[in-house]
Amino acid sequence: MEKTQSTYSRRSFLKSSALAGGGFMLSFTWLSGFKPADKLKELNLPEQLNQLTGYIQITADNVIKIMCPNPEFGQNVMTSLPMMIAEELDADWKNVVVEMAPHDNMKFGSQFTGGSQSVRSYWKPLRNAGASARQMLVEAAAATWGVSVGEITTKAGVLYHKSGKSARYGEMAAKASTLSVPKEVKLKSPKDFSIVRNSKKNVEGIKIVTGKPLFGIDYHHEGMLIAMAQHPPAFGMKLKSFDASEVQKMPGIKHVFSIQVFPEGFEKQMFDTRTFNELVIVVGNSTWEVMNARKKLKVEWEVTTDTKEMVNMRGNKNEQLVPGGLESTSSHLEKMQVRAKQPATVLRKDGDPETMFKNAAYVVERTYNAPFLAHNCMEPMNFFAHVTDEKAVLAGPLQAPALIEPTLTKRLNLPADKIEIQMTRMGGGFGRRAYGHYLVEAALISKQVKAPVKMIYTREDDMTYGIYRPMYTATYRAALDANKNLIAFHVKGGGIPEHPIAANRFPAGAVEHYLAEGWEIPSNITIGAFRAPRSNFNAAAEQSFLDELAEAMGKDPIEFRLELLKRAKENPVGKNNDYDPDRYAGVLKLARDKSGWGKPENGKYSRGIAAYFCHNSYAAHVVDIIRKDDEPYVEQVTSAIDCGIVVNPDAASNMVQGAVVDGIGNAFYGGLTHKNGLAEQNNFHTYRIIRHHEAPKRIDVHFVQNDIDPTGLGEPPFPPVFGAVANALYKNTGKRHYNMPFKSELLKS
Amino acid sequence: MAKYNLKINGKSRQVDADPNTPILWVLRDHLQMPGTKYGCGMGLCGACTVHLNGTAVRSCQLPVSSIGKQEITTIEGLSEKATHPVQKAWLEHDVAQCGYCQAGQIMSAAALLREKPNPTEEEIELGMSGNICRCGTYLRIKEAIKTAAKK
Repeated sequence: MEKTQSTYSRRSFLKSSALAGGGFMLSFTWLSGFKPADKLKELNLPEQLNQLTGYIQITADNVIKIMCPNPEFGQNVMTSLPMMIAEELDADWKNVVVEMAPHDNMKFGSQFTGGSQSVRSYWKPLRNAGASARQMLVEAAAATWGVSVGEITTKAGVLYHKSGKSARYGEMAAKASTLSVPKEVKLKSPKDFSIVRNSKKNVEGIKIVTGKPLFGIDYHHEGMLIAMAQHPPAFGMKLKSFDASEVQKMPGIKHVFSIQVFPEGFEKQMFDTRTFNELVIVVGNSTWEVMNARKKLKVEWEVTTDTKEMVNMRGNKNEQLVPGGLESTSSHLEKMQVRAKQPATVLRKDGDPETMFKNAAYVVERTYNAPFLAHNCMEPMNFFAHVTDEKAVLAGPLQAPALIEPTLTKRLNLPADKIEIQMTRMGGGFGRRAYGHYLVEAALISKQVKAPVKMIYTREDDMTYGIYRPMYTATYRAALDANKNLIAFHVKGGGIPEHPIAANRFPAGAVEHYLAEGWEIPSNITIGAFRAPRSNFNAAAEQSFLDELAEAMGKDPIEFRLELLKRAKENPVGKNNDYDPDRYAGVLKLARDKSGWGKPENGKYSRGIAAYFCHNSYAAHVVDIIRKDDEPYVEQVTSAIDCGIVVNPDAASNMVQGAVVDGIGNAFYGGLTHKNGLAEQNNFHTYRIIRHHEAPKRIDVHFVQNDIDPTGLGEPPFPPVFGAVANALYKNTGKRHYNMPFKSELLKS
Repeated sequence: MAKYNLKINGKSRQVDADPNTPILWVLRDHLQMPGTKYGCGMGLCGACTVHLNGTAVRSCQLPVSSIGKQEITTIEGLSEKATHPVQKAWLEHDVAQCGYCQAGQIMSAAALLREKPNPTEEEIELGMSGNICRCGTYLRIKEAIKTAAKK
């Protein structure tokens, strides 16, 4: 049994208080006593945000109410985080009620949904809180019955004594609330878990299937107006002038005006990404009226020139160039080809790769390309705002309230405690909703019209003015000696406007002579986090390359990777290798065994394997392709995941299956292109999303069984899908595929 | 603007709206019934699926003036407490991730099963191919439809 301190620092405390009606509430607050605080620091949150607080309420009638600190976007934290509390509390899960916490970083911690961090970062703190509450209930029962604490056991919300006495938690809650919080509690050993590791259904399942108003776009407020923003028609354009006269005459229209989202010279925070600073706003009574009226706007736009903007990146102020003018995919590709041949920034170098390449008997060199990707959350960006001179109330879908609050305080000229942000359930996020410019837009509109307003993006707005996954390219080179042994490895990657290279990742550490380089080309097309940023490209390129390399060396692709991992474990090259070779090898072996890799009965499939480590967890997939209607079709997938302890197994499997479907869809069809700054895809007829009949018939998900603290799951299974699809596709078509999306490439060939 | 008497979920509802207003926005804005979702506005994603006389239709493509006496059923009217076999199957398989598209998926599935009580795998895929799920819950949706078909 693991003992943990319930107080992490002098500023930390757990606090109990009585509830009206004889209940008990445990508030908990503590500072950065848990590992992922480092991650929070990287996000440049103020020091006090490293505190984590929340509460558990136990009422006299045995209802246990748990607040979920982190916003929910389908990763199921509203179920999994409360499960962690309920486990240590020995609660009866049937009596647990979960509510989404409001935004309050002092009470609920960072409240950041992203980076596969939720379960990982709250694992110890939430269990600690549950164990503390349980301990207080035990002490209350011991005092009531006049027995010693050690003689009391708990199970499913009931306290038991060997004499036969028992009491439900609610009966002891009032007394427990008068006791002091234990200084030290014992956390359960994983073998004693009865809620964690046992699948629990989504706590919002019934609301979802009955159409309850859960999402931001469903938010309603009496007297609320609807607003839409007209963006410039293309990246590289800005507002020159507009004529609202015709629009203002349209039925239901109340206001037409322009807003400055971020005025010139405004110091942006890292997640304030936005190219379009000035927008034309149409406000009216209903969505349909506003949507139609907006089409009648007469706007003159002009092409931008180069500008510089100040961005505060985690405390470092950077002046960034935003190039003016209209960009196109064709010119992007040309520029990338030219830039790739020029010198780049060395990110890591081990040994003497230059000499090894010079002396190599064989050199394998391949280049991989991938387009911008749009997030395409099913619920388009939207937010409700009601701003007055005294305060601002905002509600809607958002991954990271703490990241946008400082910007709101500046733009609204209101202190943080006068800004209330409610996080609704999100209709998808995938990274997109970490960028809160749309809250600023909604708030400025409400302030201007002095009324509650819900601002909505149409699908076209959402897709064409996004914060995209960058456009990437990477060239991989391998040097082999005369016996076809791998002697040096080189990756040089670039992107618009950032490079994807994670220099300390596999196969760094497994090859004696290694070089990683990166380069970047600035752009005015806005980019940001997209499910497993950078990794979602690296795993496609690197894992395709390793497959081709194994073939050139005459080796089985799994055995080849395992050999490299053996080297990385036994005699690692260089420092700061960021992966655990054993866990990496573990998912490869599990995928190999569960898929029946190499077994003759699977000969009917074109099989591909890929594995990747990112966001602290490990994933491998075996993808099986057949021909359907004379086209390659992924019929089944075998997935092996090591994310440590799996809190809610069935929901975790669902998320992995979803990541596989998402990965196949983006590998085959995903891509956003531009012509003169204009996105060439603007809705689902031109931006193809994977559909029912294109999804695999089977996705078997297997988790490595271990007692490692949870390491995160939302992102890690996604990237290696791309590589596994590419490798299976090669087996099916006989050709290697280097350019995503693969279906466009197939059409061209 | 014009006045319309609509029959929605068995109740008579009056709205005053522009004749071209899609039923989607009548439901969401005029009647505060937001269970039916906006996804694309072009009939491409299926998030707005409702039943018109029992048939699945995309409510974003259906002007209020075209409804007449036809009966509309929305997710709110399928059953209030998740007692419809399709809703029950959705809960049994814990289908949803973000959940945004699921009202449309459920309405499409319910209409499919009314037409074909025992659909084949291919019939499910074909019948559901107009509904996008960005979280990728397609496999569970299919299993849930098979479960609902048995009941």
